[in-house]
Amino acid sequence: MASEAELRLRERLSKLRSLPLLGGARLSGELERLQRQLDRMTAEPTDEEIWRSVELARHADRPYTLDYVARLLDDWFELHGDRGRADDGAMVTGLGKLDGRTVVLVGQQKGRDIQERTKRQFGMPYPEGYRKAMRAMELADRHGFPVISLVDTPGAYPGVAAEQHGQGGMIAQSQALMARLRVPTVACVIGEGGSGGAIAIALADRVLMQENAIYSVISPEGCAAILWRDASQAKKAAAAFKPDAAHCLELGVIDGIVPEPEPAAHADVDEAARLLGESLRDALDELDSFSGDELRRRRRAKFRSLGIFA
Amino acid sequence: MAEPHIDVSIETKDVPPAPRRDPNTCPSCQSHYRDDELEANLWLCLHCGHHFPMTARARITSLADTGSFVEEAADLRSEDPLNFFDLRPYTERLAEAEMSTGLGEAIVIGQAAVENRSCELAVMDFTFMGGSMGSVVGEKFSRACDSAIERTVPLVTVTSSGGARMQEGILSLMQLPKTVCAVEDLHDAGCALIVVMAHPTTAGVLASFASLGDVSLAEPNALIAFTGPRVVQQTTREKLPDDFGLAEQNLRFGHLDAIVHRQELRPTVARLLRLFDGE
Repeated sequence: MASEAELRLRERLSKLRSLPLLGGARLSGELERLQRQLDRMTAEPTDEEIWRSVELARHADRPYTLDYVARLLDDWFELHGDRGRADDGAMVTGLGKLDGRTVVLVGQQKGRDIQERTKRQFGMPYPEGYRKAMRAMELADRHGFPVISLVDTPGAYPGVAAEQHGQGGMIAQSQALMARLRVPTVACVIGEGGSGGAIAIALADRVLMQENAIYSVISPEGCAAILWRDASQAKKAAAAFKPDAAHCLELGVIDGIVPEPEPAAHADVDEAARLLGESLRDALDELDSFSGDELRRRRRAKFRSLGIFA
Repeated sequence: MAEPHIDVSIETKDVPPAPRRDPNTCPSCQSHYRDDELEANLWLCLHCGHHFPMTARARITSLADTGSFVEEAADLRSEDPLNFFDLRPYTERLAEAEMSTGLGEAIVIGQAAVENRSCELAVMDFTFMGGSMGSVVGEKFSRACDSAIERTVPLVTVTSSGGARMQEGILSLMQLPKTVCAVEDLHDAGCALIVVMAHPTTAGVLASFASLGDVSLAEPNALIAFTGPRVVQQTTREKLPDDFGLAEQNLRFGHLDAIVHRQELRPTVARLLRLFDGE
Protein backbone atom coordinates (compact mmCIF):
# COMPACT_ATOMS: atom_id res chain seq x y z
CA MET A 1 0.00 0.00 0.00
CA ALA A 2 2.65 2.44 1.11
CA SER A 3 4.74 1.99 -2.00
CA GLU A 4 1.67 2.44 -4.17
CA ALA A 5 0.94 5.83 -2.59
CA GLU A 6 4.56 6.75 -2.95
CA LEU A 7 4.50 5.84 -6.61
CA ARG A 8 1.44 7.97 -7.12
CA LEU A 9 3.09 10.98 -5.51
CA ARG A 10 6.25 10.40 -7.56
CA GLU A 11 4.15 10.31 -10.69
CA ARG A 12 2.38 13.47 -9.60
CA LEU A 13 5.71 15.14 -8.98
CA SER A 14 7.13 14.23 -12.34
CA LYS A 15 3.95 15.51 -13.96
CA LEU A 16 4.26 18.74 -12.01
CA ARG A 17 7.84 19.18 -13.14
CA SER A 18 6.92 18.84 -16.78
CA LEU A 19 3.83 21.03 -16.59
CA PRO A 20 4.33 24.37 -18.27
CA LEU A 21 1.91 25.97 -15.82
CA LEU A 22 4.45 25.74 -13.08
CA GLY A 23 6.74 28.01 -15.01
CA GLY A 24 10.06 26.29 -14.41
CA ALA A 25 12.02 27.63 -11.48
CA ARG A 26 9.32 29.98 -10.28
CA LEU A 27 7.45 27.38 -8.30
CA SER A 28 10.55 25.42 -7.47
CA GLY A 29 9.94 26.12 -3.80
CA GLU A 30 6.73 24.25 -4.08
CA LEU A 31 8.35 21.38 -5.93
CA GLU A 32 10.98 21.16 -3.24
CA ARG A 33 8.32 21.10 -0.62
CA LEU A 34 6.49 18.33 -2.40
CA GLN A 35 9.73 16.45 -2.76
CA ARG A 36 10.30 16.85 0.99
CA GLN A 37 6.83 15.60 1.57
CA LEU A 38 7.56 12.58 -0.60
CA ASP A 39 10.77 11.87 1.24
CA ARG A 40 9.04 12.12 4.56
CA MET A 41 6.09 10.16 3.46
CA THR A 42 5.88 6.47 2.96
CA ALA A 43 2.10 6.43 2.92
CA GLU A 44 -0.86 8.69 2.18
CA PRO A 45 -1.87 11.16 4.88
CA THR A 46 -3.24 9.12 7.73
CA ASP A 47 -6.72 9.68 9.15
CA GLU A 48 -5.05 11.51 12.03
CA GLU A 49 -3.20 13.83 9.65
CA ILE A 50 -6.39 14.58 7.74
CA TRP A 51 -8.17 15.45 10.97
CA ARG A 52 -5.22 17.63 11.98
CA SER A 53 -5.78 19.62 8.76
CA VAL A 54 -9.44 20.03 9.65
CA GLU A 55 -8.52 21.38 13.08
CA LEU A 56 -5.77 23.66 11.78
CA ALA A 57 -8.00 25.01 9.00
CA ARG A 58 -10.51 26.04 11.67
CA HIS A 59 -7.95 27.17 14.26
CA ALA A 60 -9.18 30.28 16.11
CA ASP A 61 -5.90 32.09 15.44
CA ARG A 62 -5.63 31.16 11.78
CA PRO A 63 -5.05 34.25 9.62
CA TYR A 64 -8.16 35.43 7.79
CA THR A 65 -8.58 37.30 4.51
CA LEU A 66 -8.02 40.78 5.98
CA ASP A 67 -4.85 39.62 7.77
CA TYR A 68 -3.40 38.76 4.36
CA VAL A 69 -4.77 41.92 2.76
CA ALA A 70 -2.96 44.03 5.35
CA ARG A 71 0.33 42.26 4.63
CA LEU A 72 0.12 41.80 0.86
CA LEU A 73 -1.72 44.73 -0.68
CA ASP A 74 -0.77 48.40 -0.77
CA ASP A 75 -3.31 51.21 -1.06
CA TRP A 76 -6.10 48.83 -0.04
CA PHE A 77 -9.51 50.36 -0.66
CA GLU A 78 -12.44 48.29 0.52
CA LEU A 79 -15.59 48.23 -1.61
CA HIS A 80 -18.79 47.90 0.36
CA GLY A 81 -22.23 46.74 -0.60
CA ASP A 82 -23.86 44.76 -3.37
CA ARG A 83 -25.61 47.83 -4.85
CA GLY A 84 -28.88 46.06 -4.18
CA ARG A 85 -29.80 45.67 -0.58
CA ALA A 86 -26.95 44.98 1.80
CA ASP A 87 -23.29 45.05 2.73
CA ASP A 88 -22.50 41.47 3.69
CA GLY A 89 -19.85 41.34 6.40
CA ALA A 90 -18.90 37.76 5.55
CA MET A 91 -17.60 38.83 2.14
CA VAL A 92 -14.79 41.34 1.77
CA THR A 93 -14.09 42.98 -1.58
CA GLY A 94 -11.75 45.75 -2.59
CA LEU A 95 -8.99 47.19 -4.71
CA GLY A 96 -5.32 47.10 -3.88
CA LYS A 97 -1.85 46.95 -5.33
CA LEU A 98 0.12 43.73 -5.41
CA ASP A 99 3.71 44.65 -6.35
CA GLY A 100 2.53 47.88 -7.90
CA ARG A 101 -0.16 46.22 -9.95
CA THR A 102 -3.83 46.94 -9.25
CA VAL A 103 -5.85 43.86 -8.40
CA VAL A 104 -9.38 43.18 -7.19
CA LEU A 105 -9.54 40.97 -4.14
CA VAL A 106 -12.62 39.10 -2.96
CA GLY A 107 -12.76 36.77 0.01
CA GLN A 108 -14.80 35.48 2.88
CA GLN A 109 -13.97 36.90 6.28
CA LYS A 110 -14.51 35.34 9.70
CA GLY A 111 -14.42 37.22 12.98
CA ARG A 112 -12.05 37.08 15.96
CA ASP A 113 -14.35 38.00 18.83
CA ILE A 114 -18.02 37.37 19.34
CA GLN A 115 -19.13 40.79 18.05
CA GLU A 116 -17.11 40.48 14.89
CA ARG A 117 -18.13 36.88 14.38
CA THR A 118 -21.77 37.89 14.52
CA LYS A 119 -21.17 40.83 12.21
CA ARG A 120 -19.44 38.53 9.75
CA GLN A 121 -21.85 35.61 10.22
CA PHE A 122 -18.92 33.30 10.98
CA GLY A 123 -17.74 33.73 7.40
CA MET A 124 -20.98 32.48 5.87
CA PRO A 125 -22.18 34.90 3.16
CA TYR A 126 -25.77 35.63 2.24
CA PRO A 127 -26.68 35.89 -1.44
CA GLU A 128 -25.93 39.59 -1.02
CA GLY A 129 -22.34 38.66 -0.23
CA TYR A 130 -21.98 36.78 -3.49
CA ARG A 131 -23.58 39.64 -5.38
CA LYS A 132 -21.06 41.95 -3.74
CA ALA A 133 -18.25 39.70 -4.96
CA MET A 134 -19.80 39.63 -8.44
CA ARG A 135 -19.96 43.38 -8.50
CA ALA A 136 -16.25 43.60 -7.66
CA MET A 137 -15.33 40.97 -10.27
CA GLU A 138 -17.32 42.81 -12.94
CA LEU A 139 -15.37 45.92 -12.07
CA ALA A 140 -12.14 43.96 -12.51
CA ASP A 141 -13.28 42.69 -15.90
CA ARG A 142 -14.17 46.21 -17.08
CA HIS A 143 -10.78 47.59 -16.18
CA GLY A 144 -8.56 44.59 -16.86
CA PHE A 145 -7.54 44.02 -13.23
CA PRO A 146 -6.66 40.47 -12.19
CA VAL A 147 -8.93 38.90 -9.55
CA ILE A 148 -7.55 37.29 -6.41
CA SER A 149 -10.02 35.30 -4.41
CA LEU A 150 -9.35 34.03 -0.89
CA VAL A 151 -11.71 31.25 0.14
CA ASP A 152 -12.46 30.73 3.83
CA THR A 153 -15.99 29.71 4.70
CA PRO A 154 -17.78 26.86 6.44
CA GLY A 155 -20.40 27.30 3.69
CA ALA A 156 -23.04 29.71 2.45
CA TYR A 157 -25.37 30.94 5.20
CA PRO A 158 -28.20 28.45 5.80
CA GLY A 159 -31.08 30.70 6.85
CA VAL A 160 -34.63 31.60 5.93
CA ALA A 161 -33.76 35.05 4.55
CA ALA A 162 -30.78 33.66 2.64
CA GLU A 163 -33.07 31.17 0.92
CA GLN A 164 -35.69 33.80 0.19
CA HIS A 165 -33.05 36.03 -1.36
CA GLY A 166 -31.93 33.20 -3.65
CA GLN A 167 -28.82 31.60 -2.15
CA GLY A 168 -28.58 28.75 -4.68
CA GLY A 169 -29.18 30.97 -7.68
CA MET A 170 -26.62 33.52 -6.60
CA ILE A 171 -23.92 30.88 -6.09
CA ALA A 172 -24.64 29.60 -9.60
CA GLN A 173 -24.52 33.10 -11.08
CA SER A 174 -21.28 33.95 -9.35
CA GLN A 175 -19.66 30.86 -10.90
CA ALA A 176 -21.17 31.71 -14.28
CA LEU A 177 -19.67 35.20 -14.06
CA MET A 178 -16.25 33.76 -13.22
CA ALA A 179 -16.56 31.45 -16.24
CA ARG A 180 -17.03 34.57 -18.40
CA LEU A 181 -14.25 36.80 -17.04
CA ARG A 182 -11.52 37.84 -19.47
CA VAL A 183 -9.00 38.74 -16.78
CA PRO A 184 -6.57 36.43 -14.93
CA THR A 185 -8.08 34.89 -11.80
CA VAL A 186 -6.34 33.10 -8.93
CA ALA A 187 -8.18 31.53 -6.02
CA CYS A 188 -6.60 30.21 -2.85
CA VAL A 189 -8.33 28.26 -0.12
CA ILE A 190 -6.82 29.73 3.05
CA GLY A 191 -8.90 27.92 5.66
CA GLU A 192 -12.18 26.17 5.13
CA GLY A 193 -13.32 25.66 1.56
CA GLY A 194 -16.88 24.75 2.44
CA SER A 195 -18.97 23.46 -0.43
CA GLY A 196 -21.09 25.73 -2.66
CA GLY A 197 -20.23 28.73 -0.53
CA ALA A 198 -16.59 28.23 -1.49
CA ILE A 199 -16.86 27.28 -5.16
CA ALA A 200 -18.96 30.39 -5.78
CA ILE A 201 -15.72 32.40 -5.79
CA ALA A 202 -13.27 29.65 -6.77
CA LEU A 203 -13.89 29.07 -10.48
CA ALA A 204 -10.46 30.50 -11.25
CA ASP A 205 -7.63 30.01 -13.75
CA ARG A 206 -5.40 28.81 -10.93
CA VAL A 207 -6.75 27.27 -7.77
CA LEU A 208 -4.33 26.98 -4.87
CA MET A 209 -4.68 25.66 -1.38
CA GLN A 210 -2.65 26.35 1.71
CA GLU A 211 -0.96 23.31 3.17
CA ASN A 212 -3.36 23.00 6.10
CA ALA A 213 -6.54 24.23 4.44
CA ILE A 214 -9.45 21.93 3.66
CA TYR A 215 -11.70 21.89 0.61
CA SER A 216 -14.80 19.77 0.70
CA VAL A 217 -18.29 19.15 -0.58
CA ILE A 218 -19.77 19.13 2.91
CA SER A 219 -18.49 19.68 6.44
CA PRO A 220 -17.25 16.53 8.19
CA GLU A 221 -20.05 16.98 10.74
CA GLY A 222 -22.70 17.35 8.05
CA CYS A 223 -21.45 14.30 6.20
CA ALA A 224 -21.38 12.26 9.40
CA ALA A 225 -24.91 13.37 10.29
CA ILE A 226 -26.22 12.25 6.92
CA LEU A 227 -24.25 9.10 6.14
CA TRP A 228 -23.50 7.85 9.66
CA ARG A 229 -26.60 9.49 11.16
CA ASP A 230 -24.31 10.73 13.92
CA ALA A 231 -22.50 14.09 13.79
CA SER A 232 -19.91 12.88 16.29
CA GLN A 233 -18.47 10.58 13.60
CA ALA A 234 -16.94 13.65 11.92
CA LYS A 235 -13.41 12.28 12.14
CA LYS A 236 -14.43 9.13 10.30
CA ALA A 237 -16.28 11.16 7.69
CA ALA A 238 -13.26 13.42 7.08
CA ALA A 239 -11.05 10.37 6.67
CA ALA A 240 -13.52 9.00 4.13
CA PHE A 241 -13.92 12.07 1.92
CA LYS A 242 -10.35 13.37 2.27
CA PRO A 243 -10.62 17.19 2.24
CA ASP A 244 -6.88 17.81 2.74
CA ALA A 245 -4.67 19.64 0.25
CA ALA A 246 -2.58 16.60 -0.73
CA HIS A 247 -5.64 14.66 -1.81
CA CYS A 248 -7.14 17.64 -3.64
CA LEU A 249 -3.90 17.99 -5.59
CA GLU A 250 -3.86 14.30 -6.38
CA LEU A 251 -7.42 14.49 -7.74
CA GLY A 252 -6.49 17.43 -9.96
CA VAL A 253 -8.91 19.75 -8.16
CA ILE A 254 -6.20 22.26 -7.26
CA ASP A 255 -3.12 23.38 -9.18
CA GLY A 256 -0.72 23.84 -6.31
CA ILE A 257 -0.18 23.79 -2.56
CA VAL A 258 0.96 26.96 -0.80
CA PRO A 259 3.40 26.13 1.98
CA GLU A 260 2.80 27.37 5.51
CA PRO A 261 5.36 28.04 8.24
CA GLU A 262 5.76 25.21 10.77
CA PRO A 263 3.56 24.07 12.40
CA ALA A 264 0.85 26.12 10.65
CA ALA A 265 -0.06 29.59 9.35
CA HIS A 266 -1.17 30.97 12.71
CA ALA A 267 2.28 30.43 14.22
CA ASP A 268 3.85 33.10 11.99
CA VAL A 269 1.31 35.18 10.09
CA ASP A 270 3.93 37.39 8.40
CA GLU A 271 5.73 34.37 7.01
CA ALA A 272 2.43 32.76 5.96
CA ALA A 273 1.53 35.96 4.10
CA ARG A 274 4.93 36.08 2.44
CA LEU A 275 4.58 32.51 1.19
CA LEU A 276 1.01 33.14 -0.01
CA GLY A 277 2.08 36.35 -1.77
CA GLU A 278 4.85 34.47 -3.56
CA SER A 279 2.46 31.83 -4.85
CA LEU A 280 -0.13 34.40 -5.95
CA ARG A 281 2.51 36.41 -7.80
CA ASP A 282 3.88 33.32 -9.55
CA ALA A 283 0.40 32.28 -10.61
CA LEU A 284 -0.45 35.74 -11.96
CA ASP A 285 2.87 35.94 -13.82
CA GLU A 286 2.17 32.66 -15.59
CA LEU A 287 -1.27 33.86 -16.62
CA ASP A 288 0.06 37.11 -18.08
CA SER A 289 0.97 35.52 -21.40
CA PHE A 290 -2.62 34.57 -22.25
CA SER A 291 -5.20 36.76 -23.94
CA GLY A 292 -8.60 37.27 -22.29
CA ASP A 293 -10.35 34.88 -24.64
CA GLU A 294 -7.66 32.29 -24.19
CA LEU A 295 -7.88 32.55 -20.41
CA ARG A 296 -11.60 32.03 -20.55
CA ARG A 297 -11.37 29.07 -22.93
CA ARG A 298 -8.66 27.34 -20.89
CA ARG A 299 -10.47 28.01 -17.62
CA ARG A 300 -13.64 26.39 -18.88
CA ALA A 301 -11.76 23.49 -20.42
CA LYS A 302 -10.01 22.86 -17.12
CA PHE A 303 -13.19 22.74 -15.05
CA ARG A 304 -15.01 20.74 -17.69
CA SER A 305 -12.36 18.05 -17.44
CA LEU A 306 -12.88 17.45 -13.71
CA GLY A 307 -14.38 14.14 -12.67
CA ILE A 308 -13.51 10.47 -12.67
CA PHE A 309 -15.75 7.93 -14.37
CA ALA A 310 -15.72 4.86 -16.56
CA MET B 1 -43.94 -8.92 27.15
CA ALA B 2 -43.22 -5.39 26.03
CA GLU B 3 -39.96 -3.84 27.23
CA PRO B 4 -40.58 -1.29 29.97
CA HIS B 5 -39.47 2.05 28.61
CA ILE B 6 -39.42 5.39 30.33
CA ASP B 7 -38.60 8.35 28.15
CA VAL B 8 -36.56 10.82 30.16
CA SER B 9 -35.26 12.93 27.29
CA ILE B 10 -36.05 16.63 27.54
CA GLU B 11 -34.97 17.55 24.08
CA THR B 12 -33.95 15.16 21.39
CA LYS B 13 -31.68 16.08 18.56
CA ASP B 14 -33.11 13.39 16.36
CA VAL B 15 -36.25 14.08 14.46
CA PRO B 16 -38.58 11.08 14.94
CA PRO B 17 -38.60 9.03 11.75
CA ALA B 18 -41.54 9.79 9.50
CA PRO B 19 -44.09 6.98 9.47
CA ARG B 20 -43.43 4.69 6.53
CA ARG B 21 -45.72 5.66 3.75
CA ASP B 22 -46.61 3.68 0.72
CA PRO B 23 -45.13 5.51 -2.28
CA ASN B 24 -48.44 5.17 -4.09
CA THR B 25 -50.44 6.80 -1.30
CA CYS B 26 -51.10 10.49 -1.82
CA PRO B 27 -49.49 12.41 1.06
CA SER B 28 -52.01 15.22 0.87
CA CYS B 29 -55.33 13.37 0.55
CA GLN B 30 -54.39 9.74 1.41
CA SER B 31 -55.88 8.33 -1.79
CA HIS B 32 -54.17 5.13 -2.81
CA TYR B 33 -53.41 4.03 -6.34
CA ARG B 34 -52.00 1.15 -8.33
CA ASP B 35 -48.92 1.83 -10.46
CA ASP B 36 -50.86 1.60 -13.71
CA GLU B 37 -53.46 4.12 -12.52
CA LEU B 38 -50.74 6.66 -11.72
CA GLU B 39 -48.86 5.90 -14.90
CA ALA B 40 -51.95 6.54 -16.98
CA ASN B 41 -52.39 9.92 -15.29
CA LEU B 42 -48.84 11.40 -15.44
CA TRP B 43 -48.29 10.33 -11.82
CA LEU B 44 -50.82 12.88 -10.62
CA CYS B 45 -53.31 12.19 -7.82
CA LEU B 46 -56.69 11.78 -9.53
CA HIS B 47 -58.40 13.21 -6.49
CA CYS B 48 -56.35 16.27 -5.46
CA GLY B 49 -53.76 16.72 -8.22
CA HIS B 50 -50.74 16.00 -5.99
CA HIS B 51 -47.62 15.53 -8.11
CA PHE B 52 -46.06 12.15 -7.35
CA PRO B 53 -42.36 11.83 -8.17
CA MET B 54 -41.69 10.70 -11.71
CA THR B 55 -38.82 8.54 -12.91
CA ALA B 56 -36.60 9.84 -15.71
CA ARG B 57 -38.05 7.30 -18.16
CA ALA B 58 -41.65 8.23 -17.34
CA ARG B 59 -40.75 11.91 -17.62
CA ILE B 60 -39.18 11.45 -21.04
CA THR B 61 -42.20 9.49 -22.24
CA SER B 62 -44.47 12.29 -21.04
CA LEU B 63 -42.46 15.08 -22.69
CA ALA B 64 -40.98 13.73 -25.91
CA ASP B 65 -42.86 12.87 -29.10
CA THR B 66 -43.41 9.13 -29.33
CA GLY B 67 -40.33 7.38 -30.64
CA SER B 68 -38.28 10.57 -30.95
CA PHE B 69 -35.96 10.03 -27.99
CA VAL B 70 -32.46 8.81 -28.81
CA GLU B 71 -30.46 8.26 -25.66
CA GLU B 72 -26.83 9.37 -25.46
CA ALA B 73 -23.91 8.43 -23.19
CA ALA B 74 -25.95 5.63 -21.62
CA ASP B 75 -22.84 3.58 -20.91
CA LEU B 76 -21.11 6.02 -18.54
CA ARG B 77 -20.70 4.62 -15.04
CA SER B 78 -19.42 6.06 -11.78
CA GLU B 79 -16.09 5.05 -10.34
CA ASP B 80 -15.13 5.10 -6.71
CA PRO B 81 -12.12 7.45 -6.70
CA LEU B 82 -11.97 7.74 -2.90
CA ASN B 83 -12.70 4.10 -2.05
CA PHE B 84 -15.52 5.61 -0.09
CA PHE B 85 -16.96 3.59 2.74
CA ASP B 86 -19.54 4.89 5.16
CA LEU B 87 -21.90 2.31 6.57
CA ARG B 88 -21.59 0.49 3.25
CA PRO B 89 -19.17 0.79 0.34
CA TYR B 90 -20.08 3.32 -2.36
CA THR B 91 -19.70 0.67 -5.07
CA GLU B 92 -22.37 -1.41 -3.35
CA ARG B 93 -24.74 1.56 -3.21
CA LEU B 94 -24.15 2.19 -6.90
CA ALA B 95 -24.80 -1.40 -7.86
CA GLU B 96 -27.96 -1.45 -5.79
CA ALA B 97 -29.20 1.80 -7.35
CA GLU B 98 -28.60 0.42 -10.82
CA MET B 99 -30.42 -2.81 -9.99
CA SER B 100 -33.45 -1.09 -8.49
CA THR B 101 -33.81 1.70 -11.07
CA GLY B 102 -32.53 0.06 -14.23
CA LEU B 103 -30.53 3.24 -14.86
CA GLY B 104 -26.77 3.66 -15.16
CA GLU B 105 -26.82 6.98 -13.32
CA ALA B 106 -29.08 9.67 -11.87
CA ILE B 107 -29.51 11.47 -15.19
CA VAL B 108 -30.66 10.39 -18.64
CA ILE B 109 -29.72 12.49 -21.68
CA GLY B 110 -30.55 12.31 -25.35
CA GLN B 111 -31.97 13.89 -28.48
CA ALA B 112 -35.70 14.34 -28.67
CA ALA B 113 -38.53 16.27 -30.24
CA VAL B 114 -41.41 17.96 -28.42
CA GLU B 115 -44.40 18.68 -30.66
CA ASN B 116 -42.07 18.29 -33.63
CA ARG B 117 -39.46 20.75 -32.36
CA SER B 118 -36.01 19.22 -31.90
CA CYS B 119 -34.28 19.66 -28.60
CA GLU B 120 -31.86 17.94 -26.27
CA LEU B 121 -33.26 16.43 -23.07
CA ALA B 122 -31.41 15.96 -19.76
CA VAL B 123 -33.68 14.43 -17.14
CA MET B 124 -32.67 13.61 -13.58
CA ASP B 125 -34.00 10.67 -11.59
CA PHE B 126 -34.41 11.04 -7.83
CA THR B 127 -34.72 7.30 -7.29
CA PHE B 128 -31.05 6.81 -8.25
CA MET B 129 -29.24 7.74 -5.01
CA GLY B 130 -31.44 10.76 -4.42
CA GLY B 131 -30.61 12.22 -7.80
CA SER B 132 -27.22 13.17 -6.41
CA MET B 133 -24.65 14.71 -8.75
CA GLY B 134 -21.30 12.97 -9.01
CA SER B 135 -18.77 12.84 -11.84
CA VAL B 136 -21.08 10.98 -14.22
CA VAL B 137 -24.08 13.29 -13.74
CA GLY B 138 -21.79 16.27 -14.34
CA GLU B 139 -20.26 14.68 -17.41
CA LYS B 140 -23.59 13.62 -18.91
CA PHE B 141 -25.12 17.04 -18.37
CA SER B 142 -22.06 18.63 -20.02
CA ARG B 143 -22.35 16.24 -22.97
CA ALA B 144 -26.02 17.16 -23.29
CA CYS B 145 -24.89 20.80 -23.64
CA ASP B 146 -22.38 19.80 -26.33
CA SER B 147 -24.97 17.74 -28.18
CA ALA B 148 -27.36 20.71 -28.14
CA ILE B 149 -24.57 23.00 -29.40
CA GLU B 150 -23.70 20.60 -32.21
CA ARG B 151 -27.27 20.61 -33.52
CA THR B 152 -28.03 24.23 -32.46
CA VAL B 153 -31.12 23.19 -30.52
CA PRO B 154 -32.33 24.21 -27.06
CA LEU B 155 -31.56 22.06 -24.04
CA VAL B 156 -34.48 21.15 -21.81
CA THR B 157 -33.50 19.82 -18.41
CA VAL B 158 -35.74 18.40 -15.69
CA THR B 159 -34.00 18.50 -12.31
CA SER B 160 -34.66 16.44 -9.22
CA SER B 161 -31.77 16.11 -6.84
CA GLY B 162 -30.70 16.15 -3.23
CA GLY B 163 -27.42 17.82 -4.23
CA ALA B 164 -23.82 16.76 -4.75
CA ARG B 165 -22.88 13.12 -4.19
CA MET B 166 -20.92 13.06 -0.95
CA GLN B 167 -19.36 9.69 -1.74
CA GLU B 168 -17.26 11.33 -4.45
CA GLY B 169 -15.99 14.01 -2.07
CA ILE B 170 -14.48 17.13 -3.58
CA LEU B 171 -14.91 15.79 -7.12
CA SER B 172 -18.67 16.02 -6.68
CA LEU B 173 -18.31 19.68 -5.68
CA MET B 174 -16.32 20.20 -8.88
CA GLN B 175 -19.37 19.16 -10.89
CA LEU B 176 -20.89 22.54 -9.99
CA PRO B 177 -18.28 24.62 -11.87
CA LYS B 178 -18.14 21.92 -14.55
CA THR B 179 -21.84 22.13 -15.39
CA VAL B 180 -21.78 25.92 -15.06
CA CYS B 181 -18.98 26.10 -17.65
CA ALA B 182 -20.95 23.78 -19.94
CA VAL B 183 -24.00 26.08 -19.69
CA GLU B 184 -21.82 29.09 -20.47
CA ASP B 185 -20.56 27.31 -23.60
CA LEU B 186 -24.17 26.51 -24.50
CA HIS B 187 -25.20 30.13 -24.10
CA ASP B 188 -22.19 31.38 -26.08
CA ALA B 189 -23.31 29.12 -28.92
CA GLY B 190 -26.69 30.81 -28.88
CA CYS B 191 -28.66 27.82 -27.57
CA ALA B 192 -31.38 28.23 -24.97
CA LEU B 193 -31.57 26.40 -21.66
CA ILE B 194 -35.03 25.63 -20.33
CA VAL B 195 -35.05 24.36 -16.75
CA VAL B 196 -37.95 22.46 -15.20
CA MET B 197 -37.45 22.02 -11.47
CA ALA B 198 -39.23 19.00 -10.10
CA HIS B 199 -39.40 18.05 -6.45
CA PRO B 200 -36.83 18.35 -4.95
CA THR B 201 -34.21 20.58 -6.56
CA THR B 202 -31.72 21.40 -3.84
CA ALA B 203 -28.13 22.15 -2.87
CA GLY B 204 -25.45 21.55 -5.50
CA VAL B 205 -27.78 21.17 -8.45
CA LEU B 206 -29.70 24.34 -7.56
CA ALA B 207 -26.38 26.13 -7.01
CA SER B 208 -25.22 25.26 -10.52
CA PHE B 209 -26.93 24.52 -13.84
CA ALA B 210 -30.49 24.43 -12.51
CA SER B 211 -30.34 28.14 -11.71
CA LEU B 212 -28.93 29.22 -15.06
CA GLY B 213 -31.92 28.62 -17.31
CA ASP B 214 -33.04 31.23 -19.80
CA VAL B 215 -36.46 30.21 -18.55
CA SER B 216 -37.03 28.60 -15.14
CA LEU B 217 -40.16 26.55 -14.56
CA ALA B 218 -41.13 24.48 -11.55
CA GLU B 219 -43.76 21.92 -10.66
CA PRO B 220 -46.31 22.83 -7.98
CA ASN B 221 -45.12 22.28 -4.41
CA ALA B 222 -41.61 21.29 -5.45
CA LEU B 223 -38.99 21.95 -2.79
CA ILE B 224 -36.44 24.34 -4.29
CA ALA B 225 -33.82 25.30 -1.74
CA PHE B 226 -30.07 25.51 -1.40
CA THR B 227 -30.38 24.43 2.22
CA GLY B 228 -33.39 22.28 3.11
CA PRO B 229 -35.87 23.17 5.86
CA ARG B 230 -34.57 20.62 8.38
CA VAL B 231 -30.99 21.90 8.26
CA VAL B 232 -32.08 25.56 8.37
CA GLN B 233 -34.25 24.79 11.39
CA GLN B 234 -31.49 22.88 13.17
CA THR B 235 -28.72 25.39 12.49
CA THR B 236 -30.52 28.67 13.03
CA ARG B 237 -33.54 27.69 15.18
CA GLU B 238 -35.52 30.15 13.09
CA LYS B 239 -39.24 29.69 12.72
CA LEU B 240 -39.87 28.59 9.18
CA PRO B 241 -42.70 30.00 7.08
CA ASP B 242 -45.24 27.35 6.05
CA ASP B 243 -44.24 27.43 2.41
CA PHE B 244 -40.50 27.58 3.14
CA GLY B 245 -38.49 26.67 0.07
CA LEU B 246 -41.47 25.60 -1.99
CA ALA B 247 -41.90 26.55 -5.62
CA GLU B 248 -44.68 28.96 -4.66
CA GLN B 249 -42.39 30.88 -2.32
CA ASN B 250 -39.62 30.90 -4.91
CA LEU B 251 -42.02 32.36 -7.46
CA ARG B 252 -43.09 35.07 -5.01
CA PHE B 253 -39.49 36.04 -4.31
CA GLY B 254 -38.64 36.25 -7.99
CA HIS B 255 -36.57 33.12 -8.48
CA LEU B 256 -38.85 31.42 -11.01
CA ASP B 257 -40.71 32.37 -14.16
CA ALA B 258 -43.71 30.09 -13.72
CA ILE B 259 -45.14 27.15 -11.86
CA VAL B 260 -46.51 24.71 -14.38
CA HIS B 261 -48.93 21.89 -13.63
CA ARG B 262 -47.65 18.62 -15.03
CA GLN B 263 -50.54 18.35 -17.45
CA GLU B 264 -49.49 21.68 -18.95
CA LEU B 265 -45.78 20.91 -19.03
CA ARG B 266 -45.47 19.41 -22.51
CA PRO B 267 -47.45 22.18 -24.27
CA THR B 268 -45.55 24.81 -22.25
CA VAL B 269 -42.16 23.41 -23.20
CA ALA B 270 -43.32 23.17 -26.82
CA ARG B 271 -44.40 26.81 -26.77
CA LEU B 272 -41.04 27.89 -25.39
CA LEU B 273 -39.22 25.84 -28.04
CA ARG B 274 -41.28 27.65 -30.71
CA LEU B 275 -40.46 31.01 -29.14
CA PHE B 276 -36.72 30.33 -29.01
CA ASP B 277 -36.83 29.15 -32.60
CA GLY B 278 -37.47 32.78 -33.52
CA GLU B 279 -39.91 31.97 -36.32
